[in-house]
Amino acid sequence: MDAEVNSVKMAGREFDIEFNLLIDAIYHMYHYDFRGYAAASLRRRLRAAMIRFGCSSLSQLQHKVVHDAAVFPALLDFLTVQVSEMFRDPAYFLALRRHVVPMLRTYPSLKVWVAGCSAGEEAYSLAILLQEEGLLSKTMIYATDINSGTLQKAAAGVYDVDRVAGFTANHHLSGARSSLSDYYSAAYGRAMFNKSLKDHIVFSDHSLATDSVFAEVQLVSCRNVLIYFDRALQDRAIGLFREALCRQGFLGIGTKESLRFSPHADAFLNFVPTERIFQKRAEL
Amino acid sequence: MNLAGRIDAVVIGASAGGLEALAVLLPALAPGLSPPVFIVVHLPRTPPSVLAEIFARKCAVPVREAEDKEAVSPGTVYFAPNNYHLLVDRGPQLSLSADDPVHHSRPSIDVLFESAAEIYGARLLGIILSGANEDGAVGLAAIHDAGGVTVVQSPKEARAPHMVLSALKLRPPDRVLPLNEIADILRTLDRVGPLERMN
Repeated sequence: MDAEVNSVKMAGREFDIEFNLLIDAIYHMYHYDFRGYAAASLRRRLRAAMIRFGCSSLSQLQHKVVHDAAVFPALLDFLTVQVSEMFRDPAYFLALRRHVVPMLRTYPSLKVWVAGCSAGEEAYSLAILLQEEGLLSKTMIYATDINSGTLQKAAAGVYDVDRVAGFTANHHLSGARSSLSDYYSAAYGRAMFNKSLKDHIVFSDHSLATDSVFAEVQLVSCRNVLIYFDRALQDRAIGLFREALCRQGFLGIGTKESLRFSPHADAFLNFVPTERIFQKRAEL
Repeated sequence: MNLAGRIDAVVIGASAGGLEALAVLLPALAPGLSPPVFIVVHLPRTPPSVLAEIFARKCAVPVREAEDKEAVSPGTVYFAPNNYHLLVDRGPQLSLSADDPVHHSRPSIDVLFESAAEIYGARLLGIILSGANEDGAVGLAAIHDAGGVTVVQSPKEARAPHMVLSALKLRPPDRVLPLNEIADILRTLDRVGPLERMN
């Protein structure tokens, strides 16, 4: 490990130059735009990718990415995938249940956008919560991500069974009205979530960096995605959420994320401040 | 060891037994300190972190929990929030991540130290304190390889020595010292000049 760590160390300036060249190359070849991503996390992920692909410099990695089409999807996993949990931060889901669900009940039909859904844990969590609150039958959840490989996994809804104990504990703390085991079947060390949930989730490819709004929704949940963006890209994403939300629609973001620095902040009320749930103002 | 004029930032990593160690070190930071101080302490994942509140009362310098995309202020102590990695980015500014735990830890000391080594290079001081796992060893080696100054708490004194022993094994640090002598080093760090202070 020591030798590997050393072999990928290099002068910071060279790394930064090659870093920008690689990000540009990915944008021009594959139309994935990482130029507005926070560099610190991306640098760390790219260092890990260099080890995985046996490259001693980002230039070498760039050569592989440009000349071998099979490399990019694997690299994309390094750049995008985060392992989440179902009902991560149970207090957030409890706040949705207590404060947002009563408002959602007033709509004849519901659309929810889970932006940056990764492997689907949050989309399924929301589907279960809405089922428990009697709202899922009139709801469509749009779960979007830029990684099509991850979206396929999300659509399959299959998770290692050893993660389910953690999911169950979180679910319980979220104010559960049923047992999580009602929603999956376990076999061969895997838990597969039910079709009754999947029928209300559409997983699709969407980039907060380059795409536009695709539907009007009553709730956007986008948690621990904005921290990977720089301020300008955060603004773009928050602008999309503002545009997608109906008047008095709701936006939930991560515990350590904020609208404070965004020019769109004035468009939102601080609805549940402790859980970072905002409501789009009616008068806008 | 006198670090006057050598250090632009300090990173500290601690785990089991680390809070007692920090209670000795952080009050040694003088008012008007120039380098910012970034700290990762491993804590159980569930309760909200209250470290900044606890240490703000004991310190002569500002102590805060790090916020995402916050510009780094001189002489301020930043604690990584619970359940997020803390990284330093160009600017310098702070950046949080929800990436996988490293050595079962989020925040991870390695993640903070490696990111800070990239930004501050040879002008970084890294300190590993008491702890019961091996997080921080790779990060401290990265600081050493970038030409920075590395200090490890004396394993005899550390309540849980595994973390300092792992760091010692990977790369001999510049100093292995008891806490009171690490505190003496912190007292040699630069303070902002009268002109800067007026701005």
